[in-house]
Amino acid sequence: MTEPQRLSRRGLLGLAGAGAAGLALGGAGGAAVATAIAAQTGSGSGSSGSPSYPFHGEHQAGIVTPAQDRLHFAAFDLAASTTRDDLRELLSDWTYAAERMTRGLEVSESGAVGGSPLAPPDDTGEALDLPPSGLTITFGFGPGLFAERLGLAERRPALLEPLPRFSGDALAPGWTGGDLCVQACADDPQVAVHAIRNLSRIAFGRAAIRWSQLGFGRTSSTSTSQITPRNLFGFKDGTANIKAEESDAVAEYVWARESDGTAWMAGGTYLVARRIRMIIESWDRVQLGEQERIIGRDKGAGAPLSGGTEFTEPDFSRPDDDGSPRIPDDSHVRLAHPSVVGGARLLRRGYNYVDGNDALGRLDAGLFFLSFQRDPEQFVAVQRSLAGHDALNEYIRHVGSAVFAVPPGVPAEGASIGDPLFA
Amino acid sequence: MHIRPLIVATGAIAALALSGCVPNNPGGEAIAVAITDDACDVATSTATAGTVTFALTNSGTDVNEFEILAEDQLRIVGEKENVTPGQSVNYTLQLNPGTYYTACKFRLVGAPIGLAEFTVTGGAVAIDADEQELVDEAVADYVAYIKSQAGELIPAVAEFAEAYRSGDDDTARDLFASTRVFYERIEPTAEAFGDLDPKIDYREVDALAEDLDWTGFHRMEKDLWAPAEGDLNSDGTSALLDWAPSTPEQRAQFADQLEADVQQLYDLVYADDFTVTLADISNGAIGLLDEVATGKISGEEDWWSHTDLTDFAANVQGAEVAFGNVTAIAEAKGQGDLVAEIQEQFDALEALLAQYGSIEGGFTPYDQVTDEQRGELSDGVNALAEPLSQLTAAVLG
Repeated sequence: MTEPQRLSRRGLLGLAGAGAAGLALGGAGGAAVATAIAAQTGSGSGSSGSPSYPFHGEHQAGIVTPAQDRLHFAAFDLAASTTRDDLRELLSDWTYAAERMTRGLEVSESGAVGGSPLAPPDDTGEALDLPPSGLTITFGFGPGLFAERLGLAERRPALLEPLPRFSGDALAPGWTGGDLCVQACADDPQVAVHAIRNLSRIAFGRAAIRWSQLGFGRTSSTSTSQITPRNLFGFKDGTANIKAEESDAVAEYVWARESDGTAWMAGGTYLVARRIRMIIESWDRVQLGEQERIIGRDKGAGAPLSGGTEFTEPDFSRPDDDGSPRIPDDSHVRLAHPSVVGGARLLRRGYNYVDGNDALGRLDAGLFFLSFQRDPEQFVAVQRSLAGHDALNEYIRHVGSAVFAVPPGVPAEGASIGDPLFA
Repeated sequence: MHIRPLIVATGAIAALALSGCVPNNPGGEAIAVAITDDACDVATSTATAGTVTFALTNSGTDVNEFEILAEDQLRIVGEKENVTPGQSVNYTLQLNPGTYYTACKFRLVGAPIGLAEFTVTGGAVAIDADEQELVDEAVADYVAYIKSQAGELIPAVAEFAEAYRSGDDDTARDLFASTRVFYERIEPTAEAFGDLDPKIDYREVDALAEDLDWTGFHRMEKDLWAPAEGDLNSDGTSALLDWAPSTPEQRAQFADQLEADVQQLYDLVYADDFTVTLADISNGAIGLLDEVATGKISGEEDWWSHTDLTDFAANVQGAEVAFGNVTAIAEAKGQGDLVAEIQEQFDALEALLAQYGSIEGGFTPYDQVTDEQRGELSDGVNALAEPLSQLTAAVLG
């Protein structure tokens, strides 16, 4: 039996370690255990109506998991003083806390109210009484993590390159890059925020948030059991997305393999994040017919303009009465289509966002695009196609960008995220 | 010095905790406090010495604060801020025998509401001699430190105030940051004396919000770095709104007032019965870091002079002194790892600060510190504040 995992000294759990162990045994520890059991029985059977997804597995959760409704995504930078051992300790702490939180538990046994009244609680407490809410926590490694000083330069996956510049990019440094990322998805925004808040607190001194993004409505379905949601342009988004049920497509386009050149990434994937600001006010003044020609789909049902229903394959050759294609050549659906981008497909998992407004009173809103793919080149092919010609470009600006290697899942208790990287 | 591994003080507190079967209420039954906008009803006016828990319920219409005042009704020995309407929350502190006063502070401002006597009976918690020696030493050292800083503050303020009074603004500007250092190092002590800190160190926006006469360092600062047409206060209002340069008579008045206020601080800390508790020391260290994290990082403290980094460094020094006074106790309680971690983060933060100057030589003006650099300083503060926030539990736990 392996040593039970726990948070390191630096990952909180201030006093349960040495001095106050006696105190914890009496009342507080018992309460925490009771809470833990209640949470487990409440969620494990699904009797509370709140789904929960296992943290452990061959792949990380939060990728082919049916897209939850809410997102809190954070990119972190390592502190300059963080050593290789510090990084491993951080990943171990994060694994411990994340596995607990996905079960609906607090980040440690003493949690939010079970510790010393003289110390700040380990857990921040806003998720007490809330069920797991389908929480998944997915970790990724940015290019900057593979540094000489961490002894990781040689371990960098060849496929993990900073994304190239695309025509029309308006990237802001404050929304770009990151050494680590954490994607927390849940059906309750408070549960997702709780996860990021506590993981960032655990990281203080070792890594700090570089930027983070809240998302409030999934813009893709990742399962055939989900209906296709709409983005803030009012169109169904992600109709042609890879679905979890398409096991051949998932294997072909999502999961990295040992033969791809980086053995430790087998079972992992690559994540691209793009913060895409929508110029909402301009879009809302566009005539319906023009909106549909820009997208290439009908706004009500989501069917391609070449005819049929939402899931009918678009026919780019079908002409209208004038002889020009019914789906315009510069439409979004055509330029993103696998037949145009060399067969590339993505597993998209983006969210709508509205971060208040800008100084001009315009909504600061858009799509926080997330896609998982076996090779970031798949995204690059799609974005190259879109960046130069997409009629939609007049109404969007890519203002943030990041790429991460998403390591394989944690197989079982006792292991930590990223172990194969250090093996 | 030999330190016994098992300290009776810990045992005493732990026994109290275990005898109460309800977790998080280690002092026995929690004392209900019914808070409304105009009342602060404490269910009982007595308690037994040790860990005392108050169960606060705010059924009023706005945020409130629960305070425990010392017998002089001035010095705050404990407070629970930001109790929101409808909130029920427990507040726990260690009280030794004596007479106290309980009170609430509606919207966290104004005079105390529902001031009522509160008596703590029984014996002080027995402490093993070795432990007692450590505690006595920590307290004595820290009190001496506070006195020394207050003692240095008096002449420094006198010199600064005289330059300001006489219109020698160049000299006054040179002295502003260095004079404040003595105050910033012991700020939590001054804050414990109720109305002194508002008189000495309130910013214009705070004084306005609490409807106080605005006096002290920052009033003088605005005269010395007078705003131009179009400049804004930290809350975005016009810097010239309800403000005019002080007349010579007003300058004399503000200078006299600051001298009198720091003299009062000096008298209070030099009084025979002035002392601090172990928790005052460790919480003072935590509180000084909070000062940095909330006021200095944002540049709101020294809005006109931009000398925030000097205050920042003085707060960090003060925190480290307080921490240093209790490390032996923390180590004796098996918290050596925590002590090492805190010390490491103090060192790292001070090294980072040193890139911007020193207290003696002056620091880079804060308006010349970029957002990226401020972010790096903030990360350093967070890295220290997290382990430091465990200090009180480590020394009292």
